[in-house]
Amino acid sequence: MLKRHLLKPLLGLTAALALTTAALAADPLKIVYIGKNTGNPYFDSITGGFEDACKKLGCDFKFVAPATAEATSQIPFIEAQIQRGVNVIGIAPNSPDAIVKVLDSARAKGILVLTVNGDITGNESHRDATILPTNFDKVGGDQVEMVGSLIGYEGEIAILSATTEAPDQNKWIVGMKDTLAKDAKYSKMKLVATVYGDDQPEKSTTEMEALLSNYPNLKGVIAPTTVGIAAAAQVVQQRKLADKVHVTGLGLPSEMRPFIKDGTVKAFQLWSPYNEGWLSVYFAKGVLDKSVKNEVGASFDVPNLGKTTINKGNSINTQASLTTFDAKNIDEFHF
Amino acid sequence: MSAAPALRREAAPPRPNWQVMLVRPESMTFVLLVLAVVVASQLSRYFLDINYILKSFTLSAEFAIAALVLTMVIISGEIDLSAASNMALSACLFAYAQKAGAPLPVAVAIGLGAGLVMGAINAFMIVGLQLPSIIVTIGTLTLYRGLAQVIAGDKSIRVPEEFIGIDNILIYGVPLPVILFAALSIVLGVVLGGTIFGRQIYLIGTNEVAARHAGVRSKRIKTLLFLAMGLTGAICGLMTASRLGSVRYDLGLGGELQMVLMAMLGGCYIFGGRGTILGTFLAAWLLVIVTTGMIVADWLPAYQLCVLGVLLIVSIIATNLIYSRAER
Repeated sequence: MLKRHLLKPLLGLTAALALTTAALAADPLKIVYIGKNTGNPYFDSITGGFEDACKKLGCDFKFVAPATAEATSQIPFIEAQIQRGVNVIGIAPNSPDAIVKVLDSARAKGILVLTVNGDITGNESHRDATILPTNFDKVGGDQVEMVGSLIGYEGEIAILSATTEAPDQNKWIVGMKDTLAKDAKYSKMKLVATVYGDDQPEKSTTEMEALLSNYPNLKGVIAPTTVGIAAAAQVVQQRKLADKVHVTGLGLPSEMRPFIKDGTVKAFQLWSPYNEGWLSVYFAKGVLDKSVKNEVGASFDVPNLGKTTINKGNSINTQASLTTFDAKNIDEFHF
Repeated sequence: MSAAPALRREAAPPRPNWQVMLVRPESMTFVLLVLAVVVASQLSRYFLDINYILKSFTLSAEFAIAALVLTMVIISGEIDLSAASNMALSACLFAYAQKAGAPLPVAVAIGLGAGLVMGAINAFMIVGLQLPSIIVTIGTLTLYRGLAQVIAGDKSIRVPEEFIGIDNILIYGVPLPVILFAALSIVLGVVLGGTIFGRQIYLIGTNEVAARHAGVRSKRIKTLLFLAMGLTGAICGLMTASRLGSVRYDLGLGGELQMVLMAMLGGCYIFGGRGTILGTFLAAWLLVIVTTGMIVADWLPAYQLCVLGVLLIVSIIATNLIYSRAER
């Protein structure tokens, strides 16, 4: 209900803007995506989705990002985009609260604010909608099932995560622990350690080596981070332990392909970051030209992805569950 | 407001006035500032909007305010790199106290008191134990930030609603942090350039032994400067908390470099004895104009870093050149 009230002045404002500018109604929609930081290959894939969809729909697209991923580094970039008069800001937030005030001022100017690939948990009322790859509540359980199926649902497992404060990873780890504790199917699996590689290849490698020496009976490792799983696979490959220790988790097909090909890793999971960008543009364009209602329960069609529904908390997922990559399908994916 | 007369020899002919005016590091900063505004307005048509520039300045206003006091510390021949960590620890203590139930004024007092204590710790080691300030404050930089993380953990602490939004308070259309920065610039400019106390700071930075022989209480003055730095750090920390609406241990991370950058860009001499508040005032604007101009023109951060680096090197070369000319 609130959303509808917000939407009206918003549309009025964009209309007014279009009238005042010389280009009139032909002025293309300006969409910007603000990444966590530059030099992060994961975001290239999301940006690719944004770019392609914008080309299809005739929107202007820009990707900007600060040099570092600290909590306040995105603020001047958001201010600058407000000043540039963009119509849509998509952002992968570096902080759930430090950017809330500036997002408010963007929305006050009539800009549609979407969090993409991460949300401002606890401050959801300060953005219009969030586009997440999949339902993050189920990632933990899916990952436990994945490692369970690899080790025959029996034996010691460990988690190699990113940083101690990474919000998504921590949410998934809670999900993993819950699943292990509550589901009888996994009662013979024992989580012996959770370690943190800080999303740095060297530290992740060191932590993985330490896991192998501290827990000689280790059968499985879940690394729910693209840096962690690549480092863990590298260690297992070098030590030729692929038959003994099963590495799985969330990884990029492009980085994991050699490990799948030589059998070091049997299977791992992820979603398509590309689709997040793709869906964001179709959703934003639809909301701004009124063909899509930004309301819980409403649905809309996205080319290639099909019918998409807006879930609780104005949250939109690009896929229902994680995609599993293995030797059979790895060659079909290129991100 | 000049350090030059102290160095003038009796026999040397007086320099023509225009030269004294022009060949000063601040003039260099001013020229760069004008240049930056012109270039930035060419780069993007969205740049030249006074409200946007003022709003962008509020994002760095806390660092700029701290840089003013830091300028005085540097002129006295010392340095304080712990100011940004001080901001974080003061803000965390403030937020922690009010979350634990302390009334707002008490929490603010705790935050400011913490800043004073941190300044006193620096002063004790630097002035009392005669340790080099760069080493001491690199140590406290790490320590204060560490303590902030111990107190706040990895989570952010929200500050009460009535405390939020110092940057939304407008006085004649100018955000309060900018007003505070300008006001403090005037006050400190007068203190440094127009009072005996100010002259004594320059003298200590030029030659501390000589200053002491001349009866300047250098220890007392330095202690005072570090206490002022500590208190200012705390004030800036609370201002940041009010602007962001929440506090985390990484508040103001890396800010010490921005502060030093502002002082250096403004013609402050890293070994003490030279520099002005006017220079730092101009440099703060220069830095904001340059970064804002590049961000609104959608430049990649990599290029932005390069430009900032070149700017600093140019200004340091210019400062050294100008000072060596003035000494001849």
